[in-house]
Amino acid sequence: MRKLLRGAFVIGRRDFSATVLSKTFLFFLLGPLFPLIFGGVFAGIGTNVANSRQKPVVAVVASPADFGRLEAARDRLATAIDDEHVIRLARFAPEPDPNAQRVHLLASKDPPIQAVLMGYPDQAQLIGAIRPDGTTAGQLRLMMADATGESRADYELAVDHADASTANTSRDLALTGQAAQTALFFFTLLLSTMLLSQLVEEKSNKIIEVVAAAVPIESLFVGKLFAMLAASILGLVVWISAGAALLASFKGLASLPTPEIGWPAFLTLVIVYFGMNYLLLGALFLTIGAQASTVREVQTLSMPVTFGQVLVFGFAATAVGSPNSNIALGAAIFPFSSPLTMVARAAEQPGWGQHVIALAWQALWVAIILKLGASLFRKTVLKSGPRTRWWKRKSVA
Amino acid sequence: MSTGPAVEAVDLVKDFGATRAVNGVSLTVPAGSIYGLLGPNGAGKTTTLRMLLGIIDPSSGTRRVLGRERPLESAQEIGYLPEERGLYPAMHARDAIAFMGALRGLPLREARRRGEVLLKEHGLSDWAKKPIRTLSKGMAQTVQLLGTIIHKPKLIVLDEPFSGLDAINQAKLEELIRREARAGATIIFSTHVIAHAERLCERVAIIAKGKVAFDGRVDEARARLRPIVRLTTRERDGPWRSAIPSGGHTEGNHFVFELPESGPEPLLKALIDGGAGIEALAIERPGLHDAFVAIAGESAAAAMAEEKPQ
Repeated sequence: MRKLLRGAFVIGRRDFSATVLSKTFLFFLLGPLFPLIFGGVFAGIGTNVANSRQKPVVAVVASPADFGRLEAARDRLATAIDDEHVIRLARFAPEPDPNAQRVHLLASKDPPIQAVLMGYPDQAQLIGAIRPDGTTAGQLRLMMADATGESRADYELAVDHADASTANTSRDLALTGQAAQTALFFFTLLLSTMLLSQLVEEKSNKIIEVVAAAVPIESLFVGKLFAMLAASILGLVVWISAGAALLASFKGLASLPTPEIGWPAFLTLVIVYFGMNYLLLGALFLTIGAQASTVREVQTLSMPVTFGQVLVFGFAATAVGSPNSNIALGAAIFPFSSPLTMVARAAEQPGWGQHVIALAWQALWVAIILKLGASLFRKTVLKSGPRTRWWKRKSVA
Repeated sequence: MSTGPAVEAVDLVKDFGATRAVNGVSLTVPAGSIYGLLGPNGAGKTTTLRMLLGIIDPSSGTRRVLGRERPLESAQEIGYLPEERGLYPAMHARDAIAFMGALRGLPLREARRRGEVLLKEHGLSDWAKKPIRTLSKGMAQTVQLLGTIIHKPKLIVLDEPFSGLDAINQAKLEELIRREARAGATIIFSTHVIAHAERLCERVAIIAKGKVAFDGRVDEARARLRPIVRLTTRERDGPWRSAIPSGGHTEGNHFVFELPESGPEPLLKALIDGGAGIEALAIERPGLHDAFVAIAGESAAAAMAEEKPQ
């Protein structure tokens, strides 16, 4: 194992340097920025349209007079800070059964209700998919304190977390999952197909003999795979840094509902699943590409491989929105769709356990594919080993 | 460390589909020797070397290299120059040598340092930081050879190392091989040019049609043939003719025949006593080429002769 990793490191270092230090890498870095810029612009426009049409509100169950004071306080707050950043309020008349009214309001889609404020002003209670120390609760405390003439610190506002609200339903969470899934698919599509041609260089330059005599073929596969992953991550860092400004200016990320697992954990998982998706597909493409002898053959292979990726993406996409369905389970188990499925699941369901299991499962498949790829390379390209006849194997068994 | 032979192969067989490329090759390479694999193209030399190095596994048979059954376990102690030379064209000469050293376990910094020293020793220091694609074919070949020995291997395997080199570089390579052998390395090289093997090797294996026809010392191979006598006489006939063994032939005025087992003295006495009138008599020790013809057969020798001499 030590020799394998040492050999992989030597090959990976050579490949990484050769890729990153070449002039063409600059074009590689610049290439995806164009669609990203256009995507960012259109996403920003789309987000603004969506914001103006369906902005979630806090439902205030109160008398017209009490609501009027609260609304006036909101307007004052909106003059102090940008109106876009201040929560919106909608009044609803109290009904005889407060519990039924709360459930009914939280299920409302028009307008989408983020939380319900009841018992205002004497025993104010805020219920919804919000955090007690979050922006919504904080702003409401300020408004209520202003409306009643109390200081913010003195104002009591009980906050109860409700699992679902119409502003944060599973469908909305699925949107976050879908966005991450699409980004993952897009970047992997761009990057992993490069691995198809990775071994052509060694084969056409006849370096393969030198390498095969010095290190296990697995080292060659692992080294190349991780070198390209490292180059891709370098590219991603550049693209994300450049894209971050766009996303921030167009509030692309802020317009997405908070994933169930939380943004920091979700973004971490997006990166980890990108790596795993890249390794899985990259190992497969390296294996397929290793069979090709010429650049022409690699080009011919590119199209079916791309279609294969689209198919896998389609399979994973069917799982979004119904993470507990059988098809979602199948997509999570099938190695090539597993990272895409699991990243969407991270948006829809809390908990780390399932991700630990999924990542271990995916890592196992990376190892299996690399092992099979190296064996196939030895058999078909280097023409190594005895001829195996399955019927003989069977009779021995 | 193994104290036995550097390489032992027993009954190696390699099939490529329905074609049997190597058919039961067995050979023993003593540690510290220069060992030649002789045979025409397609005889199975390269396939045998690839099996010995662990690049491919044999269909059957066993091999032991530097005391280990899995050749890759000894990879750090082996240097290999393949028949089809290969380097990354964009890599600098020094880095190409260092890369090959790093593959064999040398730390990169040390490999670079040694690479620079080797390039200087071989008059290529001006090219150390030039891409391989800017080097001449001979220079690139030298760079690859230096990469083969950069890690001071105990076993150096060279597949047709003289191929593509001019006479000056061939002589340099011969000297390099001798120097590495003096330093204690075992050297195996394949060639279809018998003269190189004759000048360099202590032992040879003659391979023809995937089989080892001979494995032993060069003088043993030669000893398989009787010395050749070339005789020129004033007289064309007489009782002395009975002293010339049957099976010989004439080339112009010369009689050409194998030296009888009884040696030169009885032959000379019979010629003098018979009044042959000896004008010239030469006893030639057979060369490796003659031994090769005798061992591998006329067809293998003809195949060697058809190949472009280096």
